[in-house]
Amino acid sequence: MGKQIPIVDYLAIDDGPPHLVAWEAVDSGALYFDRRNADAKGGGTEFRRKKLGTTGVVRSFTIVNRGIPGVPVPYVSALVDLEGGGTVKTNLSNIPPDPEHVKLGMAVKMLTFPAGTDDDGTEAIAFAFEPVS
Amino acid sequence: MSGDNTDNVWILGAYMTKFGRHGDKDLIDLASESALGAMKDADVTIHDMEVLGCGSLFNAQAGVGQQLQKQIGQTGIPVYNVANACATGATALRTVLLTIKAGEADMGLAVGVEQMGKGGLLGTSGKGDRGRKVYEPSGRYGSVMQVEGVLGTGLMPGVFAQAGMEYAYENGGVDFEQFAKVAEKNHAHSTLNPLAHYQKQFTLDEVMSAEMMSYPNTLLMCCPNTDGSAAVVLVSEEKLRTLSKEQQRRAVKISASALTTDPWTEHAQVQPDVNTLTRNAAKQAYESAGVGPEDLDLVELHDCFATAELIHYDNLQLCAPGEAGKFIDERGPWRDGKTPVNVSGGLISKGHPIGATGIANVFEVATHLRGEAGDRQIEGAKVGMTHVIGLGSACAVHILERSAV
Repeated sequence: MGKQIPIVDYLAIDDGPPHLVAWEAVDSGALYFDRRNADAKGGGTEFRRKKLGTTGVVRSFTIVNRGIPGVPVPYVSALVDLEGGGTVKTNLSNIPPDPEHVKLGMAVKMLTFPAGTDDDGTEAIAFAFEPVS
Repeated sequence: MSGDNTDNVWILGAYMTKFGRHGDKDLIDLASESALGAMKDADVTIHDMEVLGCGSLFNAQAGVGQQLQKQIGQTGIPVYNVANACATGATALRTVLLTIKAGEADMGLAVGVEQMGKGGLLGTSGKGDRGRKVYEPSGRYGSVMQVEGVLGTGLMPGVFAQAGMEYAYENGGVDFEQFAKVAEKNHAHSTLNPLAHYQKQFTLDEVMSAEMMSYPNTLLMCCPNTDGSAAVVLVSEEKLRTLSKEQQRRAVKISASALTTDPWTEHAQVQPDVNTLTRNAAKQAYESAGVGPEDLDLVELHDCFATAELIHYDNLQLCAPGEAGKFIDERGPWRDGKTPVNVSGGLISKGHPIGATGIANVFEVATHLRGEAGDRQIEGAKVGMTHVIGLGSACAVHILERSAV
C-alpha cells in the first residue's frame, strides 16, 4: 500500500482505528478542530489533544443539489453530535440523498475512504458518517 | 418630536435605487444616485454633511467613500469605509450615528452599495487544483485538498439550510412546507414594491417544486445576487430642532442601534451560529428603545434564505419560543398578519446587494413610518425593526420610530 495522508489534520489514521481528534482547552473544556492561538471561550492558552467518539446523532443536515464545479451532486452534508462530546460537519454516506431517508436525530457511525491520489501516489484519506444499521 | 433626550439621532432623508442588474452602471453611479437621492429627500446638500460612512463589502479596499466624494462633493469631511459581512451597510449607518452621538458631527451621510453581477454561489473556499498535485497540509485545519462536498458543505444555501434544520431538530420539527411558506410570502409581498429586483408571485407548490438548491431551500427560497445602493442622512436631535417643520415632520427617530458578534457556542465550531448574536442584538435593542416585540408594526429581517427568516422569527421574539413554524402557518408575518415581516419582498425577492442591504431595510421601514410607502404601506405604522446578519459573524438591529410631530 502506498503512502496515506489524512484530508485534514483532525482525522487520525495512524493511531489505532481511525477517529477524530480535537484540541481541548484545559480551562474551559472547549473543543476545536483548528490550530489555535488561544481559547475563544475562556481565553486560556493551554490545550490538550482529545480523541473523539466515532458514533453520534445527526443534529442537522442538508442535501446539496447545486454545488461547485467538479464535485458530484447530490451529497448530504450533516452536523453530527459525537458521543462523548464534540460536533463535526461531515458528508453522510451509504444512504439515499433524500429527506425520506435522511432524518434528524438518526444514529450514525464514522467511516473512512480514499478521497483522491496526488501525483506522488499519496492517497488522501477522508471521513464520512453512515447510518448505524 | 417625542421625548426630551437631545442625544437622539434621527433619519432626515432616505433613498434606495431600484435593486436589480445594473450592468450599464458602475459602483459609483449607484452610490451617487442613492447619496444624492437621500440628501434631496432630506432637503440638504453635501455641504451640510460632516461625516460619510460608506459600506461596500466586495470593494472594501477601493476607497469607495472617497471615490463617491470625487463625484458628488469633495468637502474634506472624514470618511469611514466599512466592511462587516452582510451587516456592512448597517455598520456604515451606525458609524455615522456614533460620530453624531460623540458630538463630532451634527449631520452625516451613510451609503451602502454593492455590484454583485451574476456572482454564483457564495461560500466557496479552499484549494484549487493547479499544476502538479502534491498533498501538503495547509491552513488551520491542515487540509490537503478542497473539502467542499467531501466534508459537508460551506456553500451559503447549505449553511443556512443546516441552520434551519438545526432549529427543527431543537424545536420538535419544522417541515419543508413551512420553510417554503416564507418564500411564498416574500414573493407575494414583492409584487407591491417597484424597487424590488423581482416582483413575481409564486404559489406554494411552485416554490416547493422549483429547482432544489440545498434541501430544504429551493431556488425560489434563495436570495439572488443583486446590484444596488441605499443611503440615509442622519441628524442630531439638536440640529433637527433648527430645521423646517416639514423636515421635522418627516424625520424618523433611531430608537435603538445594536451591533453584536457571535459569542462562543459549542456547535458554532463547525456551523455558524446565526442565532445567539441575533438574540443578543434584539435584546439590547428592545431594552435601549424601551419597546417590545408586541409594539412592532413591521420588521425587515435578514431572509437571505427562507430557512433563515423562519428561525429569526424566534430570535427576534416575534413568536413564542420554538413556535416559528406555527407563526408562519398562522400567517403572522404576512403584511396583514400579527407582525408584518419583509413587506418589501425581503432579500429573497428584493435582492441582496450586500453592502446596501443594511441601509435598504432602514429605508423600507422609515418609508412606512413616514406613511410614504404607496401600495405596500402598512397603515398607521409607528414602530419598526431592521435586522441584518452576516457570517463571520456580525449582526445589526435597529428600531425606528415615527416622529410625533
